[in-house]
Amino acid sequence: MNSMNATAIRTENMSEKVAKPVINEQPENAVITEGTTVGQPFADDPKFKLRNVEVFYGESPAIKNISLDIGRNEVIAFIGPSGCGKSTFLRCLNRMNDSIDICRVKGSLMLDDQDLYDPKRDVVELRARVGMVFQKPNPFPKSIYDNVAYGPRIHGLANRKSDLDDIVENSLRKAGLWNEVKDRLDATATGMSGGQQQRLCIARAIAVSPEVILMDEPCSALDPIATAKVEELIAEMSESYTIVIVTHSMQQAARVSDRTAYFHLGHLVEVNDTDKVFTAPDHKLTESYITGRFG
Amino acid sequence: MRTERFAFFLLCLPDVNYSSNTENSMQTANLLPLILVIAVIAYGLAYMRSRTVAGPLGGIRNLKALPFYYAARAALWCAIPALIVLTAWAVFEGKVIQNLVVSSLPAELLPKSAGEASLLMSQINNVAAGKLNPAFVPAEVVGAADKLGALKAQSSQFKTVLVVLIAVLGAAFAWSRVQPQINARENVECTLRWIFFACAAMAVLTTVGIVFSVIFETVRFFGKVPISEFLFGTSWSPQTALRADQVGSDGAFGIIPLFTGTLLISAIALLVAVPTGLLSAVYLSEYASKSARSVIKPLLEMLAGVPTVVYGFFAALTVAPFIRDLAEMVGLEASSQSALAAGLVMGIMIIPFVSSLSDDVINAVPRTLRDGSLALGATQSETMKNVIFPAALPGIMGGILLAASRAIGETMIVVMAAGLAANLTANPLESVTTVTVQIVTLLTGDQEFDSAKTLAAFALGMMLFILTLALNVIALKVVRKYREQYD
Amino acid sequence: MTNQRTQAEIVRQSLKRRYRKERRFRLYGMTAIAVALLSLVVLFTDIIGKGYTGFIKTTMTLEVVLDGEQMYLEDPTDKDQISMADFQAPIIAALQRYFPEAQSRKDVRELSRLSGNYASNQIRDLLQAQPELLGSTQTLEFLVHDTVSVYVKHADNPAYSIRLSEQQQRWVDELVEQGVVTTSFNDVFFSRGDSREPSNAGILGAIVGSLLTMLVTLVIAFPTGVAAAVYLEEFAPQNKLTDFIEVNINNLAAVPSIIFGLLGLAVFIGVFGMPRSVPVLGGLVLALMTLPTIIISSRAAIKSVPPSIREAAEGIGASKMQVVLHHVIPLAMPGMMTGSIIGMAQALGETAPLLLIGMVAFIVEVPEGFFSSATVLPVQIYQWASSAEQGFVELASAGIMILLAFMISMNGLAIWLRKRLERRW
Repeated sequence: MNSMNATAIRTENMSEKVAKPVINEQPENAVITEGTTVGQPFADDPKFKLRNVEVFYGESPAIKNISLDIGRNEVIAFIGPSGCGKSTFLRCLNRMNDSIDICRVKGSLMLDDQDLYDPKRDVVELRARVGMVFQKPNPFPKSIYDNVAYGPRIHGLANRKSDLDDIVENSLRKAGLWNEVKDRLDATATGMSGGQQQRLCIARAIAVSPEVILMDEPCSALDPIATAKVEELIAEMSESYTIVIVTHSMQQAARVSDRTAYFHLGHLVEVNDTDKVFTAPDHKLTESYITGRFG
Repeated sequence: MRTERFAFFLLCLPDVNYSSNTENSMQTANLLPLILVIAVIAYGLAYMRSRTVAGPLGGIRNLKALPFYYAARAALWCAIPALIVLTAWAVFEGKVIQNLVVSSLPAELLPKSAGEASLLMSQINNVAAGKLNPAFVPAEVVGAADKLGALKAQSSQFKTVLVVLIAVLGAAFAWSRVQPQINARENVECTLRWIFFACAAMAVLTTVGIVFSVIFETVRFFGKVPISEFLFGTSWSPQTALRADQVGSDGAFGIIPLFTGTLLISAIALLVAVPTGLLSAVYLSEYASKSARSVIKPLLEMLAGVPTVVYGFFAALTVAPFIRDLAEMVGLEASSQSALAAGLVMGIMIIPFVSSLSDDVINAVPRTLRDGSLALGATQSETMKNVIFPAALPGIMGGILLAASRAIGETMIVVMAAGLAANLTANPLESVTTVTVQIVTLLTGDQEFDSAKTLAAFALGMMLFILTLALNVIALKVVRKYREQYD
Repeated sequence: MTNQRTQAEIVRQSLKRRYRKERRFRLYGMTAIAVALLSLVVLFTDIIGKGYTGFIKTTMTLEVVLDGEQMYLEDPTDKDQISMADFQAPIIAALQRYFPEAQSRKDVRELSRLSGNYASNQIRDLLQAQPELLGSTQTLEFLVHDTVSVYVKHADNPAYSIRLSEQQQRWVDELVEQGVVTTSFNDVFFSRGDSREPSNAGILGAIVGSLLTMLVTLVIAFPTGVAAAVYLEEFAPQNKLTDFIEVNINNLAAVPSIIFGLLGLAVFIGVFGMPRSVPVLGGLVLALMTLPTIIISSRAAIKSVPPSIREAAEGIGASKMQVVLHHVIPLAMPGMMTGSIIGMAQALGETAPLLLIGMVAFIVEVPEGFFSSATVLPVQIYQWASSAEQGFVELASAGIMILLAFMISMNGLAIWLRKRLERRW
C-alpha cells in the first residue's frame, strides 16, 4: 500500500484494465470500468483521501478498487441499491470492519494524511476522532445521562463532574434533545421513542467531539417526523463536522448532502454535486437508479 | 388392638425380601415376549384379512385405510390392554399376597414393632423359598409360608391366563373390525397420539412421584420430631440408640449445622467457579482466535463431563491431604476432610457450567450495543465492563443461581471428601457435613424403615428439593425475562 | 478546530493507561482459562499416576509338591477332607526351599503372608478338578499378597513398604531378583467381580452391571423421550396443561440426582416392591433422571427440521401423524441420537441415586441378568476409593480410567454422529 503511488493514480490510469462484463439487470450501454468513477471524486482539501480501496469477505470482493476524496466539513451521501457495498465502505472509515474476522481491506486510506490501516495506528484514538451512528438506534441500557457521558468518561475528557455535565448538556442541545429530556436525565434510555433514541445516539457520538461522523442509514428505523428532526440536525451539524451518510432514501440524500456518491455492485460509479446527480447524472446507471428503474 | 397392629404392620411391609420378588419380576419379564408374539400374529392376520376384504372390492384403494393400519391397529389393541393389566398385576401382586398371608396368621403372632414385622415376613419368605429349615420356626409360620407359596403359584397362573386372554380378545376384536368402511388409520393415529401424550406426562408423573415420596415420610418424621426442632435446632446427631433405655437414645435432628455446612461448601465452590467461568467465557467470546476457541471450548466441556465420583476421588485423596499439609506448613490446623477441599473441587466441576451459561448470556447481548461502544472509541475491556456486563447482568445472575442449585445438590464430592460430623463453623479448614452427605449416610447400610433416622433422610430430601426447586424457578424466570428483553 | 486538536491529545494521553487496563483484563481472562485447563491436566495426571499400577498384577511362580501327607488329605474327592485340609502348606514348603532358615513359627507366619489369600483355594480347586494330581509336583502361578504387590510396584517409594516386616522385604527382594515374583498385565482385573482382596478384585462385574443398567435406561428413556418431544413439538395444544408439562420438564432437568434416588427408594422399592440392587431398578431410576435431557435435546432436533418439509408432505395429503413419522422423526433422528448419547454418558457416570437403591452392596459374582444383584462402574469406584488399602486406591483410579474411556468414546460417538449425519438447513 504505497501511499505515494496511490495518490498519483488518476482515473485514466486504470482504463487499460479489462472492462467487466455488463450484468443483465443493468440497462444497455451502462458500462462500469473497474476503478473508473465519473464526475468529481476528488476534493481540494480532503479530510479522507481514499485510493484503490478493495475489501474482501473471505475470497469474495465486496468493494472493487474505489478511489474517493471526502472534503473537510462537507456532507457526502452514499447511495445505491442494497448490497452495493456502501455500508461496508463506510465501516472502513473508522475500522469497524476489524471485528469481522474474514474481512480484509486493501488500498490506501488516509485521514489527514495519516494511514488509517497503519498497523501502528491506534483504533481507539481513530474512533474517538471518527464517530459513528448506526442503522438501528442502539442506546446502552443505562440512563440518558450515562449514555452521553459514556464516551467522555472512557476517554477522560472531563476532569470534574461539572465539566461532564457541561459536555452532556451541550451534546444533548446540539442533538436537539435537551429540552425533551432535561428533566429526566436519570431515566433509562431504552424507554425513549425510536427517534429520540437515535438522536441520543447522535448526541453520544458528538459528546466525544469527533471530527467526522459516519451515519449508516440513520433514519431507516424511524418514522417520518423523527426522520425530519434527524435530518434537520444533520444540516446544523454540517457546519462543524465532516459527515458521511449512507442512505436508502434518495430524497434524504438530496436534502442533506453536498455531494452524492453512487455505488453499484462494489463499484463507485459516479460522484458529483448532489444537485447534479439528481438532475443531470453523468452515468447511465446513476440515471437508471434515481429514476427508479431498479433499486 | 389387633386391627391397629395389623395396620402398623402393613406400613412396615415395604421392607420385603427380594428373592421372592425377583421370581415375580422374572415371570413378568417372560410374559412380555409372549404378548409380543401374539401381537405379531394379530398383525399378520389382520393384514391378510384386510387384503382379502379388499380383493372383491377391486383392490386396497377401496379400503378406508391401508392394510398396514388395520394390521397395526390389531397389534395395538392386542398389546396395550394386556400390558396395562400385566403392569397393574405386577405392581399390586406382592402387596395383596402379603396382606392375605398376614391376615391368616393368629393374633398372638402379629408383630409388635417394625423390626419384628420385617423379621417375620422374611422368615415366612425364607421358609417358602426353602432357605430356612421349617423346624426352626413356629408351625403357624410354616403354614403361612405354605400359603404364600400356594398364593404365588395361583397368582402367577391367573396372571398368565388373564393376560393371554385379554391379548387374544383384543386381537380378535380388531380382526373382526377389519371392514372397508372403517378408517383404521384414524384409530391408530389417535392411539399413537395418546401414547405420545402419556410419554410427555411422564415428566409430571415423575415430579408427582418425587413430591409424594418425600412428603409422606417427612410428615411421619414430623410426627416423631417436632418441626421447630428440625428447622431451628443447632445440633445434628441422628444416632438413635438401639435400645430405648440407652443413654442419648433420642438423636438430635437440628438441620442448621447441615445447612451452614452446605452453604459453606457451595459458597467456596461459587467463589472458585464464578470468576473463573465468567472470565473464561469473556476471553473466549471476545479475545480468543477461532482456532483457540475450537480447542479450548471442548476441553472446558470435558471438565463438565467428568463423573462426580471422579471429582470426589480427586478431592478426597489428592486435594484434601494437600490442603492439610499446606495448612500445617503455615502453622494452621486443618482437617483432612476440610470444607475447602470439597468446595475447591466442586468449584472446578462447576466452571464449565458457569462459563457456558455466561457465554450464552453474553452472546445474547445485541451486537449493535457492542458496535455502539466500540465506535465511540472504547477498548474491548471497557466495552465489556461498561456495556456488556451491565446489560448481561440479569442473565449472569440467573446462571449463578443455577450454579448454586447445582452446588447445593451435588452429592458425591461431599460424600467422599467432606466429613460426617455436623460442626457449626465458618472455618473452611474444618470439617463440615452437608444435607446430601447425611441423606446418603442415613439411607445406606442397615436401615430400619420406620426409625426417625431413616425418615429424617426424607425430610432432608424434601428440604433439598424445595431449596433447589426455588432456586431453579427463580433462575429460569430471570433468564427468560432477560432473553425476552433482547428478542 | 483547536478545541478538537486538544480533545484528540487528551485521548492520546489517556491511551497508555487504558491499554494497560486492557492488557490486565485480557490477562485475567487468560488466567481463568489457564486455571480451568490446569485443573483438568492435574486431575488427569493425578488419576493416571495413581492408577496405572492398577493394570499391573504381581505373581509368584512356585514349584509346589502336592504332598497329601503335608496337607492332611488322602482323597480329594471326599468333601469333608477337602474342607479340613491345609492347602497353604505346599506353598510354604515351596517358599522354604528358597529360605531354608525360615522355620520358626513366626517366620512361617510371615512367609505365609507373602502369597495371596486365595492362593490356597487355587490348589484346592485344582485338586478337586483333577484328583489324580495329588502327590505330583506342579509349577503354579499365584497372586502375591496385596502388601507384597504394593511393595513391589512401588519399590522406589519407602512409604509403601511399612506393612511388610524387614525380613519379609528382604525375602521379597530376593524372590524378585530370582525371577520368582514378577509383574505382568493384570488380566484378573478384567475378568472378575469385586473381592475383599485388592489383587483378586476385578471390574468385569461392574462393567457388566453398568452395561445392563444402561441398556434398561436406553430402552426406557430413548423412546419415551422422543415420543414426549414429538408430542410437545408437534401435537400439544397451547394450553395450561402443556405449559405445566413444560415447566415440569425444565425443573426436573435441574433436580439434584440424589432426589431421584429417594424416589426410587420410596416408590419403586417401597410401594411397588421392586427388588433392591438390580440393574432394572437402577436403569429405571436413571431413565427418569435422563428423560428431561433427552426430551430437551430431541425437541431442539425436531425444531431444526424446516417447516417447508412439513408443508411439502402435508401438501400431498399426508396426515399430521404421517408427516411426523415419515419425515420429521427420521430427519431429526441424528440430533435426537446425539442428545441421547450425551444423556446416557451422564447416566453412566451417575452415582448418588444408585447408592440409595442399594447398588452399593458388595457383590462378587458378575451379574447374569437384569434381575441379579449388581453394582455399576461409578459405584464400584466409590467403594474402592472408600477402602483404606493402597491396593484398592489403585483399583479405583484404574476403574476411573476405564469409566472415562467409556465416557470419552460415547461423547466421541456423539460428535461423530453429529458431524456425519446431521444436516444443516
